Amino acid sequence: MAAASGGRRPVAVVSFAQSDMVRREELRNDVEVLQPVIVDVFEKVGLTKDEMGFVCSGSCDYLVGAPFSFVSALDAVGAWPPMRESHVEMDGAFALYEAWTQLQEDDIDTALVFSFGRSSMSELGRVLTLQLDPYYVAPLWPDPVALAALQARALIDSGRYTEADFAAVAARSRRDALNNPHAQVKGEQTAEELMGDDYVVAPLRRHALPPITDGATAIILAAGDRAAELCERPAWITGMDHRIETHSLGARDLTTSPTTRRAGEAAGVVEVGDGSGAPVGVGVDVAELHAPFAHQELILRDALGLGEAVAVNPSGGALAANGVMVAGLVRIGEAASRIMDGTAQSALAHATSGPCLQQNLVCALAAEPAGDGRR
Amino acid sequence: MAQRTAVIGVGQTYHRSKREDVSIAGLVREAAQRALEDAQMDWADIDAVVIGKAPDMFEGVVMPELYLAPALGAVGKPMIRVHTAGSVGGSTALVAAHLVASGTHERVLTVAFEKQSDSDAMWALSIPQPFSAPLLAGAGGYFAPIIRAYMRRSGAPDHIGIMVAVKDRKQALKNPYAHLHIEDISFEMVRDSIMLWDPVRYLETCPSSDGAAAMVLASEAVADRSSSGTPPAWIHGMAMRSEPTMFAGRDQVNPKAGQECAADVYRQAGITEPRREIDVAEVYVPFSWYEPMWLENLGFCAEGDGWKLTDAGATALDGGDIPWNCSGGVLSTNPIGASGMLRFLEAAMQVRGQAGEHQVETVRRSLGQAYGGGSQFFAMWVLGADKP
Repeated sequence: MAAASGGRRPVAVVSFAQSDMVRREELRNDVEVLQPVIVDVFEKVGLTKDEMGFVCSGSCDYLVGAPFSFVSALDAVGAWPPMRESHVEMDGAFALYEAWTQLQEDDIDTALVFSFGRSSMSELGRVLTLQLDPYYVAPLWPDPVALAALQARALIDSGRYTEADFAAVAARSRRDALNNPHAQVKGEQTAEELMGDDYVVAPLRRHALPPITDGATAIILAAGDRAAELCERPAWITGMDHRIETHSLGARDLTTSPTTRRAGEAAGVVEVGDGSGAPVGVGVDVAELHAPFAHQELILRDALGLGEAVAVNPSGGALAANGVMVAGLVRIGEAASRIMDGTAQSALAHATSGPCLQQNLVCALAAEPAGDGRR
Repeated sequence: MAQRTAVIGVGQTYHRSKREDVSIAGLVREAAQRALEDAQMDWADIDAVVIGKAPDMFEGVVMPELYLAPALGAVGKPMIRVHTAGSVGGSTALVAAHLVASGTHERVLTVAFEKQSDSDAMWALSIPQPFSAPLLAGAGGYFAPIIRAYMRRSGAPDHIGIMVAVKDRKQALKNPYAHLHIEDISFEMVRDSIMLWDPVRYLETCPSSDGAAAMVLASEAVADRSSSGTPPAWIHGMAMRSEPTMFAGRDQVNPKAGQECAADVYRQAGITEPRREIDVAEVYVPFSWYEPMWLENLGFCAEGDGWKLTDAGATALDGGDIPWNCSGGVLSTNPIGASGMLRFLEAAMQVRGQAGEHQVETVRRSLGQAYGGGSQFFAMWVLGADKP
């Protein structure tokens, strides 16, 4: 099993770039959105594509309605001479996981990871509905907002949170996003003001939903001494793990995220217990959580045992910009940036996939390679 | 350091044009169950699942791994979905192998599938995109001019493609899992079949199949303890390479990415003369002419000589010194997403001596190769009976 330590080769995030996250890229195709981001992520550390040991990306064909949409992305990287390269039909955070594992093998020292997606090209709700069981669920066309609303209702019914708590998450996200030049949804509204929003699907009001976002992001990973050469304060990955739950919504307790907890334990940011008590976080400075819907942040906080001292989603999170296939990798980039810019000593990033937090990844980051995420 | 990694279980479905007896979940589970039985393992023994398939539009399910997680025993475990075009079956096996080689996991289940009868792959591949050159009608329309360029460049006579088509279909008769079993296949039958994309005739192209393939990959410690009774196939080398679809000066007939991928795998495996040192190869040949083209690209002969090897019968299971696609290959079985993994899996079966009627005698080393996109994505591995 993946372990937080135990002889792993130290690997760090040394560079992070992202496009502005926008409602609609009217005039640029995927390659044109991605290419400046690739240039930026290389320029920040003075590297070129030819120095990359491995390249791995994440995207989804269905967003632009074309098979092999990732193929043209090779043009944004300039894949000549040929490169060692792979692609996941997943959020870029999972591409980063693949690159991180390959960097353990010592034959390469660097990797480029990127992801891109223009959610505005399709009817996103219908596209994501096609993720569901094609025989028994998808034909009913429950869209992602309806499914998230079921989850939110279950959470309210559990007595742990109220609609006002969802509004408070949204208000904080929008306020924090004011400091993020790439964010899409930002503002100074209070939670009380947001509670005046109409319901989209009860109990979810407009502010509890993510925006539809077009954008791209890229990260460079480097191992060992190479990371220290490239970056003054590399964000060392001290642990990473991901887990998937059953697809059957009726078989899950939607008010909890047991796979986030287990991934957090394996990544070393949640105390390993017998699973009976509430999870206890080890106390990171910053947590970037991929919670597309406001109530999901509350579920994730509980699953990771995040205390009040942890700064959650200082970037504004997925409520401020939710590029499909992009937002998870951005969480890792944002968390790493807090370490690289010196504002944090330790951080965790989370990425999710599937309806109602079905699949979850947790990445632990620290200013020291030997650190295990604890302060 | 990379850890030693081995294939300790293989499984595949019976491939057909329509597997209407199973759902997508039933299809992948059939292959995975066979792989687990071969490895003498149960679902609970598996640490992680890596699944691959070609474009989601082929079935109309977005990121189907989400729906397939319980069917593949992945609940509570890591699951990764790979998509690298036609090479994906090979790439998926390599991503899984790296999870073991990197020391991340000890036992990884890898699965690839396509249920082509759920849609129409040819037209799913042919969706016009703004400002992009159309792919024409399916992959054949794309590759036919490249094949024509090869024929012109090498001076290969027209009958070479027909020979490959006959050879692979004859070999498929020895593989009970193969989709096409054309008992009376003959040179004349292929020659007289309708021309689809000149110079590619109907019987020189691959079928559309429903099917899945699965393997269990394991660490050295697990492989050494394996009680399956069938020896492991050890990975001696593995590599992937990609290059852009088109730019001025790109050689689409003999792509550099393929050459460099092969060179990397051979370097890892210590192979300097592939024709002499590799006993059997399973290579992605969806159109008959790709056998001579890949013989050259993979360094089994000098550039321009590939067709001469085919013509001399060197690649035949019956009497050839470098048998290629003894299983019948992609020309006989093509569940697109799984086609690459079937190459990798058949390479493992040959090393493990479990290929039955299409087994080559004394295989010490085998090659599995897959390619995809516009001949631009390559995945390969070399397996051996001995530990590397």
